[in-house]
Amino acid sequence: MKSPVRQFELLRPRTLREALTMLHNESGLVPLAGGTDLLVLMNAGTLPRGTHRFLDLWGLDELRSIRRTLIGRRPQLVFGALTTFTDCISSRTVLRDLPILAQAAREVGGPQIQNRGTLGGNIGNASPAADSLPVLRAADTELVLSSVAGERRIPLADYFTGYRTSVRRSDELITAIEVLVPPGKQSFRKVGTRAAQAISKVVLAAIGKRIALGSVAPTVVRATSVERYLAAGGSEFETARELLTDDIHPIDDIRSTAAYRLRVAQNLLGQLPTFQR
Amino acid sequence: MKITLTLNRKRRTVDVSPLERLLDTLRGALGLTGTKEGCGEGECGACTVLLDGKPVNSCLVPTAQCSGAAITTIEGLAPRGKLHKLQRAFLECGGAQCGICTPGMILAASALPDRPTREQIRTGLAGNLCRCTGYEKIYDAVGVALGTKK
Ligand SMILES: Cc1cc2nc3c(=O)[nH]c(=O)nc-3n(C[C@H](O)[C@H](O)[C@H](O)COP(=O)(O)OP(=O)(O)OC[C@H]3O[C@@H](n4cnc5c(N)ncnc54)[C@H](O)[C@@H]3O)c2cc1C
Ligand code: FES
Ligand code: FES
Repeated sequence: MKSPVRQFELLRPRTLREALTMLHNESGLVPLAGGTDLLVLMNAGTLPRGTHRFLDLWGLDELRSIRRTLIGRRPQLVFGALTTFTDCISSRTVLRDLPILAQAAREVGGPQIQNRGTLGGNIGNASPAADSLPVLRAADTELVLSSVAGERRIPLADYFTGYRTSVRRSDELITAIEVLVPPGKQSFRKVGTRAAQAISKVVLAAIGKRIALGSVAPTVVRATSVERYLAAGGSEFETARELLTDDIHPIDDIRSTAAYRLRVAQNLLGQLPTFQR
Repeated sequence: MKITLTLNRKRRTVDVSPLERLLDTLRGALGLTGTKEGCGEGECGACTVLLDGKPVNSCLVPTAQCSGAAITTIEGLAPRGKLHKLQRAFLECGGAQCGICTPGMILAASALPDRPTREQIRTGLAGNLCRCTGYEKIYDAVGVALGTKK
């Protein structure tokens, strides 16, 4: 433990209402869900400067649910922010309507991480490598942000404003994730150093002709040029492969290189059912 | 702050600092050193305990979040003086060498379904690293203890 743990404070609201009031009244409170990102930073002594007061969300059972409704003929899944990866893996609803979310969840960390890591935390952490994000982006996803003033809904597409930044105000919590599932075949592929415990080098999710990628830009992106090409009736992989270079902006970092990421992203694109004959 | 939890089937109350890790509370105030610290960053699984029956990394869990929860550590797996079937199988199959990964391995394995496939054993233990055995003897031991599906 490389942080001065005794200096940390933890506020423990019993209800969402109480949590939102605490966030409103006090500044500098950091939401804490399963802790699988925050405790790593705490252990390593690399929490952002000034982070020493936390708001414990783990006890807020009202944020722990998966509900399904129909909007027209499309299923809409509503996840409470505290839904864990294990909850996604064991949910029949997820397995039926959004199986690629269960698949993504199964490839997060190992069972210990899946039992604690939450969807709200995966989004809140705002890493471009977060594995749930391409799945949620390939569908039509809105985030419910709540504060004492009420709720607002933000399309996931508009939530991130850059690398690790978002439109969430410090008095807001992500309380729910609303996912409208479009029709079409679903695919998910993650490439990392090994199957378990590895952060993605490239991750791709697709639903029909909607394609989203992670770890290849400052935030999760849709392959809009490729999608436009497909929508216009295009089907040549060689063309799509070139177009993808306009959609993604991979970089060199500790996990991989830009060149490798581009190559792998193109290969994953080529494996989509659309390009298989 | 005072936290009451059930540790190995006994109710315990401990006084912890707000963000103290479950790992440190177990090894410190609660005096159970069977739970090991390897990496301290969620990667190795040496600190695995069961939280309400599910394996978690105790290096990433604040004790304060365990209020009212049931924790099982390696000390609580088998009744006093007896070995759990997983512990016996690890002994018999050479599933433990230096032993630092063993408590975590055994607790992670204890959450597997009966008669797991080899694949289920591998994924169930994917969050636990071992630098000694090369894993095969660990998987063998789990198979022997829980009965493997062919
Ligand atoms: C060994 C290991 C392996 C991992 N592997 C993967 C992987 O393969 N793929 C992957 O995507 N991730 C991985 N992770 C990262 C992590 O497990 C996930 O990002 C997880 O979803 C975080 O959820 P949490 O509840 O634990 O978040 P926490 O650590 O509690 O919080 C993370 C961030 O989100 C904020 N936050 C949490 N909940 C909310 C909310 N409701 N509203 C607003 N902000 C909120 C927190 O303030 C914090 O900034 C791994 C982590 C470890 C330690
Ligand atoms: S010490 Fe907790 S996972 Fe390594
Ligand atoms: S027996 Fe030594 S690390 Fe597994």
